[in-house]
Amino acid sequence: MTVSYPQGTSRRAALGALGLAGVGALTAGCGSPIAAGIAGTGPNATSLTYWNLFTGGDGINMVAMTDRFRAAHPSVHVDAVTLAWGTPYYTKLALAVIGDRPPDVAITHLSRLPTLAEGNLVEPLRADDLAAHGLTGDRFTAAAWRKGQVGGQQYAVPLDTHPFVMFYRTDVCKKAGLLDATGKLKPIEGTDGLVAALSACAKVTGGYGGVVNVNADPATCWRWFDTLYGQLGGQVLADNGTRIVLDDAKAEKALSFARELTVQRKLMPSNIDGSGVTQLFASGKVGLLFDGEWQIPTYQGAKTPFSVAPVPNLFGGTYHCFADSHALILPRNGRRDARRRDESLTLVRGLLDNSLVWAKGGHIPAFREVQDSAAFRKMQPQAQYVPAAKAAIYDPAGWYSGAGSDFENIMGFAVSAVEAGQLHPAAAIAQLRQKLADYASKPAPVGGTGS
Amino acid sequence: MTSTVAAPPAGALPGVKDEPRAAGAIGQTRAGWGLLTPFLVLYLAFLIGPAVYGLVMSFFDGSSVRSGLGPFAGLDNYTEALTSGDFWSSMWHTVLFTILTTPPLVIVALLLAMLTDRIRRGKWFFRLVFFAPYVMPVTCVGLVFTWMYVPQTGLFASWLSALGLPAPAWLADPNWAMIAVALMTVWWTIGFNFVLYLAGLQDIPRELYEASAVDGAGPGAQWWRITVPLLSRTTVLVTMLQIIASLKVFDQIYLLTAGGPNYSTRPVIEYIYDVGFTDFRTGYGAAASMLYFVVILAVSAVWFAISRRRA
Repeated sequence: MTVSYPQGTSRRAALGALGLAGVGALTAGCGSPIAAGIAGTGPNATSLTYWNLFTGGDGINMVAMTDRFRAAHPSVHVDAVTLAWGTPYYTKLALAVIGDRPPDVAITHLSRLPTLAEGNLVEPLRADDLAAHGLTGDRFTAAAWRKGQVGGQQYAVPLDTHPFVMFYRTDVCKKAGLLDATGKLKPIEGTDGLVAALSACAKVTGGYGGVVNVNADPATCWRWFDTLYGQLGGQVLADNGTRIVLDDAKAEKALSFARELTVQRKLMPSNIDGSGVTQLFASGKVGLLFDGEWQIPTYQGAKTPFSVAPVPNLFGGTYHCFADSHALILPRNGRRDARRRDESLTLVRGLLDNSLVWAKGGHIPAFREVQDSAAFRKMQPQAQYVPAAKAAIYDPAGWYSGAGSDFENIMGFAVSAVEAGQLHPAAAIAQLRQKLADYASKPAPVGGTGS
Repeated sequence: MTSTVAAPPAGALPGVKDEPRAAGAIGQTRAGWGLLTPFLVLYLAFLIGPAVYGLVMSFFDGSSVRSGLGPFAGLDNYTEALTSGDFWSSMWHTVLFTILTTPPLVIVALLLAMLTDRIRRGKWFFRLVFFAPYVMPVTCVGLVFTWMYVPQTGLFASWLSALGLPAPAWLADPNWAMIAVALMTVWWTIGFNFVLYLAGLQDIPRELYEASAVDGAGPGAQWWRITVPLLSRTTVLVTMLQIIASLKVFDQIYLLTAGGPNYSTRPVIEYIYDVGFTDFRTGYGAAASMLYFVVILAVSAVWFAISRRRA
């Protein structure tokens, strides 16, 4: 083996030089965020860190909103960090707060807020601070603003409401005679109304009438069940998740209806996964689709002729559909001074001002100025289901509940098994009770002792 | 610089005392430790340290939304895990996955290696083809198989219906979901065992086959009395590595079924992830991890015992 070195340089000298270069690089790196993190010096005051969990279309929209804020506030440096949705995000958020390196501003689901507040991970927002930035309750969707409170204290500023809605193919529904003269879906009322509409669509497609995801997606199954069961006035948890208040009769009615559509009437597939759902709706093999409004960009991208309406009121009671909200919070930080708080709230307000961009992802802006603007009212199909946002009722409070939680998994897996015809509604309810009891009886790992 | 010295490796002549080298041994030991230091520091900091901390955590009611270890729990976490139906069912799913994947991953890998070994020309092509899936990231494999398992319109469903067979609800039927995951895993990871077997086959001296052929041994006898016995070391290695790898299953199940339908495929690692991270119960999660660690340790100990006895 022969290694040649430049004339007059020994190997030892070369290695030594390399080592020195390394030390030099470390010293030079003291100004970098990594070095600042190691040294615990923290970034300077005009730099804000902002954490979110948006990828895909939502991610692109959020980057655009952040960029607009940067352009409008050149003195504030915003360091935006995107983390993986769900458990990875909430784990990192909690650990960052406990480790005393929290972001200045962060996104949360409002369904997760009670747990974050309970764990003392979020900073309470003072009314005068909020008012100074024009962030008052009257300027937001009431349901979302209220859900931003825990124990009467405001903790979060809502960005949107994202309800579970009904998509419909305009071409299929037109042939099925479900559209009115203006090309909008005629109101569907009651379970009979939905069965009739699905049957009409099924006649047009020669197969299924509608679709809702069944496999490997417990969250969607929970959203569909919550929409049906909530319309019957049913609730699952009470007293911060320590009590199970599942109404067996109502749950059985909701589950039986979901099963009737798939297993008995075969109006919707009982075995379908996410990509199958997209394929069926995008290719016109179904007329109706029940899913979150955040799927709108998927079908706009696929050039599907479709529109969106709130899920019909099927059981005649008070209207209800599953919904959640993204909201902005200031994670707890003992070192946050008045100036930094002010700048953080400026960022919050700036993102809200630009939330028309956010609405492109299907979400209903919570900030009324945007929601009531002519530009949003013209936005289709978003403007069609604003009522669903106003009627939003969130996941029940509880340390094991909220977006991406095990509560959603427990509920969703049982619902999925019923829709697939693997479990009878009564057996599913027994399974739900048993699994939920396991959680309800445990002391919450949030709040209580510790710092 | 040209290195010309080719010192005989220490211990090359067992039983012969290597007198002149004894003086340099201490220096060599010191150099050995010096060279090991970077590895040892990382090993201690990122493996032994966290593992010991995990053991300590398992005796406390810790939470990822509270600082510190939390209140002392004694053996409560272990009692809870050992009496939890969900823990045991997820443990069973991991074992079931291991039972479903290990035999085909060992036997089919051996068959593929033997076929490839017999090819005279273009052996590289088959080596590449059988090994290629192994280098694919799990996300891609998961995505591709999710599409192939799509009910009605998926590739497998259309193949079966072309043959006039009813397609099972691959990922939706609790009886089929684990089999579907196992099928994907066999296709995806067989390349590693295949390469180990191929190397083992190439180590068998050709003269043995020639000599046995002269003695009148047929291909069956050659396979059973030469190939299989001489591959036994490889087989032990492949089997044990495969059992351990299969016991560590998480990614592909999480991607294909999310642990469903109705929890019927949730492996123990997903259970630990669910309770430890999603539910914030790090103390309980640590206890469940320790119980699972004991199982892996027991399997590894069996391997260690077998390989020591053979050596």
